[in-house]
Amino acid sequence: MSLTKAKQPAKKKSGSNGSSFDNLEIFLLHLPTTIWYLIFCYAPMFGVIIAFKNYKPRPGKSFLWALLNNSKWVGFDNFKFLFKSSYFPIMLKTTILYNIVFIILGILIPVTLAILFNEIYSKKLAKTCQTMMFLPHFLSWVVVSYFVYAFLATDNGLINRAFHFVEASTGQNHNWYQDTNFWMYFLVFLNVWKGMGYSMVVYMASISGIDGELYEAALIDGASKSQQVKYITLPLLRPTISIMFIMAVGNIFRSDFGLFYQATRNSGALTSVTQTIDVYVYKALLEQSNVNLSSAAAFLQSTVGCITIVAANLIVKKIDPEAGLF
Amino acid sequence: MAKKAKNSVLKYTRVKPFTNVLISCLFIFLALICLLPALLVLIVSFSSEASIRMKGYSFVPNELSLAAYAYLARQTGYIGRAFLNSIGVTVVGTVIGLVTTSTMGFALSRPNYRLKSFFTWFIFIPMLFSGGLVASYMINAHILHLKDTYWALILPICCSSFYCIIMRTFFQTTVPDAIIESAKIDGARMIRIFVQIVLPISLPAIATIGLFLTFAYWNDWMMAKYYISGNKHDLFPLQYVLISLEENISFLTRNAQNMTAGTASNVPSETVRMAMVVVSVVPIALSYPFFQKYFVSGLTIGAVKG
Repeated sequence: MSLTKAKQPAKKKSGSNGSSFDNLEIFLLHLPTTIWYLIFCYAPMFGVIIAFKNYKPRPGKSFLWALLNNSKWVGFDNFKFLFKSSYFPIMLKTTILYNIVFIILGILIPVTLAILFNEIYSKKLAKTCQTMMFLPHFLSWVVVSYFVYAFLATDNGLINRAFHFVEASTGQNHNWYQDTNFWMYFLVFLNVWKGMGYSMVVYMASISGIDGELYEAALIDGASKSQQVKYITLPLLRPTISIMFIMAVGNIFRSDFGLFYQATRNSGALTSVTQTIDVYVYKALLEQSNVNLSSAAAFLQSTVGCITIVAANLIVKKIDPEAGLF
Repeated sequence: MAKKAKNSVLKYTRVKPFTNVLISCLFIFLALICLLPALLVLIVSFSSEASIRMKGYSFVPNELSLAAYAYLARQTGYIGRAFLNSIGVTVVGTVIGLVTTSTMGFALSRPNYRLKSFFTWFIFIPMLFSGGLVASYMINAHILHLKDTYWALILPICCSSFYCIIMRTFFQTTVPDAIIESAKIDGARMIRIFVQIVLPISLPAIATIGLFLTFAYWNDWMMAKYYISGNKHDLFPLQYVLISLEENISFLTRNAQNMTAGTASNVPSETVRMAMVVVSVVPIALSYPFFQKYFVSGLTIGAVKG
């Protein structure tokens, strides 16, 4: 279960320590990838110093010049400013609460479905259902936003036309894109809807890896279906569940930008339930050009993400040494 | 044989017929929830504008019409261009992505490679810590000057540690060491071994990662949103056209006015957006059921074997 320790094939290798020539050739082979990593992953890591500076661009000068010569070090001022702002507690709460709900449902529902799925008699029916449930995974949030719009549009939407939701005060059609109470739950539904088929397959794959003889033995011992699930399937699913859990916890400060920004059609009235940290960073950077605050928020996101994933991994490993991600 | 015997024994542990019906109904219900929105959009795109004014978006429109598609077909300069952009970015991106991930995966799968553990950490660290959007944006836009180029849609997402690890695991488990050793004895160089021996026998992994990349590029809209300016219509991929559809319909209307006065009012604006959605989804919806098994195998390698 280790990502960092490459598994050695059990068979003994036939002699020959790779010559230095081999090493050089392999290195040259992956050199382009290495350069890609340096530019697109490692350079931004040093870019986080923006968060500790008061970035001031100057027309006609390059970004690096402006960052190094024109921007003062301000220590944690950007963070103080961010923490003091009125929207910070809201976006922190939104991000974390949604993530907690998503983590719980994102494990509970797919695991349940994966276990139930194997019990369907008709394999053909099961296969068809699985294919259909996989569909949302392959759609972008942009496309999903139009699916949602077809149902929720104020004038022509299916829901308003079929059920005649009318605003009591004005007598006009109900505007779903301003209904924060509705979206609070609907965002959870959308997230489950889009990820259900995919995660179900992940768990089904690891269920199919369980040795069938275990179930035979259990059957002979007279174990009922629910006992088999409780004492065989779930314990053997634990490694997969804990890996999915660690990854999800590591992302607890992140959110699906497409879900919160695109699927809601960036409706201003919904800000109180859709403004997660990602949405804030995007808006602050590209709509308000506020580099200082957005970089502070983005830095916070990366750092806390890193700490939580390492911590979650440690905790999971304490409970079950085999189950850690790394 | 063995499998058959196993199945026959497991037959006795089946759930009761009534439970089976319940579970089947549950899954049919879930499948419908996943499918019906797509169906609604499809039907709306084929409805007539008049029917939508009458009944709104409905599964049973009063009247069918091809007006939206006829309209899209006339917009080749804009929609056709976006379609070609999407195809181009997807093809180039997938090829570059396959080269970067397979070479790295191969290097990490070689047990004798001296820098193996260093580079394993090298690709693992970005999974734990990333610079975040602001730093990436600043570097891509202001240092690499990717803004408003096709490369902005391709390069930032062409490689990922997850794909590299899937590749590595695949090479480790399915390419026998003996083949590489014997090729070496025959005097082949590492690069030649990789291109002529390892890649051809690793087609399933190439197909899996290739599909992941293809779908990711086809569906990507974030890169366009970050790096393509709103007035660079030539660079828009299909997904980004969808995002800016509201303003683009008015853009098209204006264009129509300029070209032939009087036709502007004929733009079927309600159905045309759904037709655009259908156009961008159809390639995926038609192809993914055939490739589903590769996805499942990729997930199995990636998620279970770690």
